[in-house]
Amino acid sequence: MSTATATLDAAAAKSVARRRENWASTRTYISAAIILIWCLIPFYWMIVTAFRDVGYTFDPTPFFTHVTWDNFTTVFSENLGNHFARNLLNSLIVAGVTTIVALLFGVFAAYALARLEFRFKFLVLGFVLGASMFPGVAIVTPLFQLFTNLGWIGTYQALIIPNISFVLPLTVYTLTSFFREMPWELEEAARIDGCTQGQAFRKVIMPLAAPAVFTTAILAFIGAWNEFLIASQLSNANTATVTVAIASFAGAQPHQEPYTAVMAAGTVVTIPLVILVLVFQRKIVAGLTAGAVK
Amino acid sequence: MSTQAQPVSRRGGKTPAAGPQNKEVGEDRKRKTQGRAAALLIIPSMIVLAIVIVYPVINAIIMSFQKDQGLNPVTGTFVAGGFAGLGNYIHWLFQQCNTPSGPAACPAGTLGSQFWSATGTTFLLTVITVALETVIGFWMAVIMSRAFRGRSALRAAVLVPWAIPTAVTAKLWFFIFAFDGIANTLFHTSILWTGSEWPARSAIIIADVWKTTPFMALLILAGLQIIPAEVYEAAKVDGASAWQRFTQITLPLVRPALMVAILFRTLDALRMFDLPFIMTGGANGTTTLSILVINQIRVGFNSAAALSTITFLIIFIVAFIFVRFLGANAVASASGTGKAKIK
Repeated sequence: MSTATATLDAAAAKSVARRRENWASTRTYISAAIILIWCLIPFYWMIVTAFRDVGYTFDPTPFFTHVTWDNFTTVFSENLGNHFARNLLNSLIVAGVTTIVALLFGVFAAYALARLEFRFKFLVLGFVLGASMFPGVAIVTPLFQLFTNLGWIGTYQALIIPNISFVLPLTVYTLTSFFREMPWELEEAARIDGCTQGQAFRKVIMPLAAPAVFTTAILAFIGAWNEFLIASQLSNANTATVTVAIASFAGAQPHQEPYTAVMAAGTVVTIPLVILVLVFQRKIVAGLTAGAVK
Repeated sequence: MSTQAQPVSRRGGKTPAAGPQNKEVGEDRKRKTQGRAAALLIIPSMIVLAIVIVYPVINAIIMSFQKDQGLNPVTGTFVAGGFAGLGNYIHWLFQQCNTPSGPAACPAGTLGSQFWSATGTTFLLTVITVALETVIGFWMAVIMSRAFRGRSALRAAVLVPWAIPTAVTAKLWFFIFAFDGIANTLFHTSILWTGSEWPARSAIIIADVWKTTPFMALLILAGLQIIPAEVYEAAKVDGASAWQRFTQITLPLVRPALMVAILFRTLDALRMFDLPFIMTGGANGTTTLSILVINQIRVGFNSAAALSTITFLIIFIVAFIFVRFLGANAVASASGTGKAKIK
């Protein structure tokens, strides 16, 4: 009899535990759904509005209604004074060159910081970290005067040079944490197996380091692509980047905020980034959090 | 694997014979040769950073002690420029302007009268956004750390607000908070969101929380994942409640990562510019220090340089307080010494 109650008790306890577990997992799913909706709804709303006829700008219907491509035509309409194709090219050049320069310098510094023993390492890391936290306005003011005197306002270097001030530290910092985690013993193993130093570097280290460098390049590019403060002060009509253009957009009706066109421009600028982020999600998360905890 | 444990010379040189003394000599020599290589690798980056950061900052400090040339907007007299002493700093810190009858309090509405209100706004927005982002980010991180189907989809979705350029985020929320916009429609309100102080600030705070909480959540999540599951199992066996496990295990163990995340976000929020600049143009009590500097640049850049130097110092002091008194040691965790603390 006592054994029977014991099994009954055990069964009851098990079912209570299972019910509790089910409830916990339901709660997790509800929370996850809330987070998902909160993060994606505003983005979804931007795309819906981008495809909506301008006459229905404030229509609260949550689906795609009154669908049109007109807003995208407005965005690229030179007649209305928008030079969005030019702005896209400008952003591509500025962000691209910034990323390449930062990586060219950053890879070597990060290798030394991750792999070599030397004095002042702590100091160098502190300096790099401090530089990445540096307020943009503190360098924009003197650079505004300097570039005005040099006649550089409206040139690409006037945007690329200040961008490097925050992209290079980010690059060094992220790459250092990545490089520290790499299995460098493999290089030695390849040497023992008869590789020359060059071969060991090409065949073992490069394939291992490539994902880290690539992820860092994505982070650097997104950072430079999204920059607004520096570009808003040091560019002119010729070099205005997309973020600057979006902040001061012209629509078909004068003196009226062209919401649908702005949302269309925002969609054009954002979609490539979102695709990049969704494809490389795992790597980007690793890159963002590298160094912060490890 | 630490570098010390590796064979000494990578060019195939002789490995020093075993024995404590020789080993020490080897370590010392290694440090020296590696030091030379490290210098070669690091100096180019340092030179670049010196050109793009140190040089402008020194320039700004020199400029901040110069008078601005041109017409004085208040008195209408011509100012020749020249050495200003602490004039520009006094102008901002004490909100003193030059008038025909000598220095006096800057008239309301001029940039000179806004330093302390901009400082207040900056700190107010920083404290509120960072507090909200920490709490919500922690909750998001806890959810994301659980094992459930669709977890990687959630982690990808969370990155979307982070990836959208802040300028686009500002325009998006400006549209959502438009008078006829979806926010007023959904909640059956008719608030002029950008028309007065607190609605405008709330709109900026909501937009900022939406955009940057995911970043915070991912940093905290990385901290949570370092905590071994066995610790929780052991606590469960010992009969610790969920709340006890959170306060006794999760919080203390995640603290280093959390402090670094809060430090990063605080310093970022203190230089907030894009969102208020685009959403409100700094109107209705949303002028941050960065916006004030930018507005001043075209009026007189020597005075703007003084203000940007003050802003830089404020952020530096906050960072110092964080690292010194709150133990947010980002450098230690970056150089790997934080590891021991976490484990």
